[in-house]
Amino acid sequence: MTPEVRAVFQIAGIGFLVAILHTILKQSGKEEFAHWAALAGFVAVFIIVIGWVDHLYRDIETVFLRQ
Amino acid sequence: MHILQLVGIGLTATALAAVLRQQAQPFAMLVGMLAGVVLLLAVVDNFAGVVRSISDLANAAKVDHAFLETVLKIIGIAYIVEFAAQIARDAGEGALAGKIELAGKVGIVVLAVPIMTDVVQSLVHLLP
Repeated sequence: MTPEVRAVFQIAGIGFLVAILHTILKQSGKEEFAHWAALAGFVAVFIIVIGWVDHLYRDIETVFLRQ
Repeated sequence: MHILQLVGIGLTATALAAVLRQQAQPFAMLVGMLAGVVLLLAVVDNFAGVVRSISDLANAAKVDHAFLETVLKIIGIAYIVEFAAQIARDAGEGALAGKIELAGKVGIVVLAVPIMTDVVQSLVHLLP
């Protein structure tokens, strides 16, 4: 399993965990905590994805823009 | 990477995103985005060899290297713009996708103008 594929599964896993956490916190009446948890999870995942997009941009730059 | 591997990554990410869309929508979008990044990364690595052989051909035909560089830049812009626009459309932001495409088109026109002026100048030289 390459690091890229592992990142895909990682993000899906974090998504499931955040969804479960959101439901549990909502059920126990802590709505604002649920929202903050969802936001924190989204930001964490977004940082991972941004790193990979940066990698892709660099690759495209080296292939197409700099001979 | 092998083509079957790439298609497998795409299918797996599709299944994950489809399940996540019900539970947590933003994560489905991010999974789709990352899967797109992974697929494009694998494809771009293969494309480096193609670019090298094209530039060898251009050298053999004694084509001005600036032209080839412009064409490659335009292909790169098209790749990135298509990628971003499809992600935006996937997230339900059709208008934003249209704007991204517009930005790419303007960038391509800006790159293509020097070639067009070169063509026009050559034509003017040919005219008596």
